[in-house]
Amino acid sequence: MGVNADPLVGGEGFLTTTIEAFANWGRKNSLWPMPFGTACCAIEMMGVFASRYDLSRFGAEVARFSPRQADLMIVSGTITYKMASVCRRIYDQMPEPKWVIAMGSCTCGGGPFDSYAVVQGIDEFLPVDVYVGGCPPRPEALIDAVMKIQKKIEMKGAPVV
Amino acid sequence: MSFDLEQATVLLQNEFPQDILDIKEYRNETTLLIKKDQIHRFCKHLKDNLDFTFLADLTAVDYLEVKLPRYEVVYHIHRFGPDCEENIRIRLKAELTDDNPKIDSVASIWSSADWLEREVYDMFGIEFTGHPDLRRILMPEDYGPFPLRKDFDVRNREASKESFEKALEDGRD
Repeated sequence: MGVNADPLVGGEGFLTTTIEAFANWGRKNSLWPMPFGTACCAIEMMGVFASRYDLSRFGAEVARFSPRQADLMIVSGTITYKMASVCRRIYDQMPEPKWVIAMGSCTCGGGPFDSYAVVQGIDEFLPVDVYVGGCPPRPEALIDAVMKIQKKIEMKGAPVV
Repeated sequence: MSFDLEQATVLLQNEFPQDILDIKEYRNETTLLIKKDQIHRFCKHLKDNLDFTFLADLTAVDYLEVKLPRYEVVYHIHRFGPDCEENIRIRLKAELTDDNPKIDSVASIWSSADWLEREVYDMFGIEFTGHPDLRRILMPEDYGPFPLRKDFDVRNREASKESFEKALEDGRD
């Protein structure tokens, strides 16, 4: 990106960039999360959205309860096999480009629930971008995960459709 | 009618001399072992004549390799009396054998038994005859095994995976 403030060239000033870089700049600063909260981690996630930790500082506070309007899925909580098909279907309904955060030990690897009903890590059926360990993770850890997603969008981007 | 737990037990013994197989008292809790084919008649009497209006819990235990018969169905039934002494709770048990795990449903007496019996069916495979809608309640409907049976490996995820994959396929029609 180059910024030019020379009055002979562009008057008030302009910048040169590529469409990809510009689109990714917009994407990374306006992530709209789809909160998929199934257990106690979801309470911590709500804390991240609320005023004390305030995810809106990162442009990601507009939690959309419709997958059609979301591009970041935060899976927070134990996922059972019965819930897994629902989770996958909601992911499939999100428009491209999209990213996934696995929040908490349960979503990362089943947590303490080594049982017949619980998926041992949501990467069995979803492409996870960032894993956040902890039971539950601190709000700072989830914010860090969102920032890692932002960095990923900035560095690797997503194809412009 | 006015009675406490001790008097209730005596009343029941007089009414059902043949059907109470055993009485256990422990720390002010009374447990009656009931003949399994009499459970519906017994519960109906508890509710209609002795005012036990509340089925607090209905569950089961698998005593595999501990004792025979293998299963016990457990009922916790509460009576809201006018004072503390008459606010009483009674526990019923009925034994079921491995080859015929069936017992009469009490859902027609207490409607709270509906989902409780479905859960016992889901987890133990015990059938409740006369139940209005005996389907699985927690596990997927096409799930095969009964997870709380002691001969089921609690870490066996194969059946869950099968149901999950089938649910995915069905969703993509």
